[in-house]
Amino acid sequence: MNIPSDLKYTKDHEWVKLNGNTAIVGITDFAQGELGDIVYIDINTVGQEVNQHDVFGTVEAVKTVSDLYMPVSGKVLEVNSVLDGSPEKVNADPYGEGWMVKVEVKNAADVNGLLTADQYKELIGK
Amino acid sequence: MDIKQIPLNDLHVKLGAKMVPFAGFNMPVRYSSDIEEHMTVRNGVGVFDVSHMGEFTVKGPKALDLIQRVTSNDASKLADGQAQYSCLPNDKGGVVDDLIVYKIKDEDYLLVVNAGNIDKDWNWISQHNTQGAELKNISDNICLFAVQGPKAVSTLQKLTKTDLSSIKYYHFAVGEFAGVPDVIMSNTGYTGAGGFEIYVHKNHAEKIWHAIFDAGKEFDIKPIGLGARDTLRLEMGFCLYGNDIDDTTSPLEAGLGWITKFTKDFTNATNIKKQKDEGVKKKLVGFKMVDKGIPRHDYLIKDATGNTIGKVTSGTMSPMLGIGIGLGYVTTELSSPGSEVFIDVRGRSLKAEVCKPPFV
Repeated sequence: MNIPSDLKYTKDHEWVKLNGNTAIVGITDFAQGELGDIVYIDINTVGQEVNQHDVFGTVEAVKTVSDLYMPVSGKVLEVNSVLDGSPEKVNADPYGEGWMVKVEVKNAADVNGLLTADQYKELIGK
Repeated sequence: MDIKQIPLNDLHVKLGAKMVPFAGFNMPVRYSSDIEEHMTVRNGVGVFDVSHMGEFTVKGPKALDLIQRVTSNDASKLADGQAQYSCLPNDKGGVVDDLIVYKIKDEDYLLVVNAGNIDKDWNWISQHNTQGAELKNISDNICLFAVQGPKAVSTLQKLTKTDLSSIKYYHFAVGEFAGVPDVIMSNTGYTGAGGFEIYVHKNHAEKIWHAIFDAGKEFDIKPIGLGARDTLRLEMGFCLYGNDIDDTTSPLEAGLGWITKFTKDFTNATNIKKQKDEGVKKKLVGFKMVDKGIPRHDYLIKDATGNTIGKVTSGTMSPMLGIGIGLGYVTTELSSPGSEVFIDVRGRSLKAEVCKPPFV
């Protein structure tokens, strides 16, 4: 199970990587494995302010659909356009090519309340 | 409720299966990828361990009489070695379960029922067994492997002298298979991909599993989970009990008129016949998405003016078509193929078209 130590995690299995006042958000390796083949990323919040822990979109696997929760409050700047034609990238490379949204972070201190890699590892029992 | 294990549970774990509770059993839902497993069955050969399914034997002079009274299809038409899809209507207009009735020979039948309904079906059938048919629940002793796909027969033929190609759809043979006597080789399945279902006593199950995988090696045979089983059956438009039919759905509304025979008496036949004569108000239909989106169980179905006309009972992305497909109940007026309906996908109304399954 790949759980990079330089990321922060939510209890809902999103990861966030802070880079100045922007952040990249995706779902974890554990999450993609639980969901199975991802076939559609449905995110319609570009340009919108989304509060921490609110839903910013949904991810559809063959068998199930799951909401995506925002790890930090901010404005959604961009959706990873690669996922439109190749949603399976989320399965293949959840922390790289399979990233989901880029966010303009409102309050960088939001990440302090998130889980570290070790804490996330404990959460999923790995 | 305690979660039960199927006999080869440990083998599936070793094969890397993700095990999930389903119908009271821990079941392999996926070994690698749902789509990959789906395609393996459509193009090659795959094996489902569906040993959670229930099996009842019905024997003796009153066996046929009992089956005729509790099921909707006409089991008197069965020849030895023939099977039929049927259902157990309840007395309130719904369905206790759907099942397959196998006729081994006169006074010797096998009923195969859904795992989640084993206790309910057993109680229901026992309650109607007033004439003393010999009824036995052998579910815990029987393993069932569904070997499905265009390469299934070539795989299985290596393991038996029984000529599998001579066994027609919904027929079966009982014979030696992989050195094990009394194995049921049934030309049935839930995938539309062709193949056989193999019923074997659990004591021989592991041996048979390995024999099948050795025989299928040249075709790149793979174990297949319940995830792909669901997408495969949905591409064919086959009903799943608990989703598309249940204790409240009429067999006629569910499109199961073809297994509802009024040439004999059975539970609630009078009311169902009346419903047939009067016509049903809603129907289970297949539909495919025109707009991009995936229908899911319980999503609302609406007409063009936004009125709710029904609910999705099963939905998925079709691995073969790459679009969303589903089954759901709609008003009879909008049930004919080509009708335009809208699926409420999390608040958005997405266009779909009613069509007659199979989808592929």
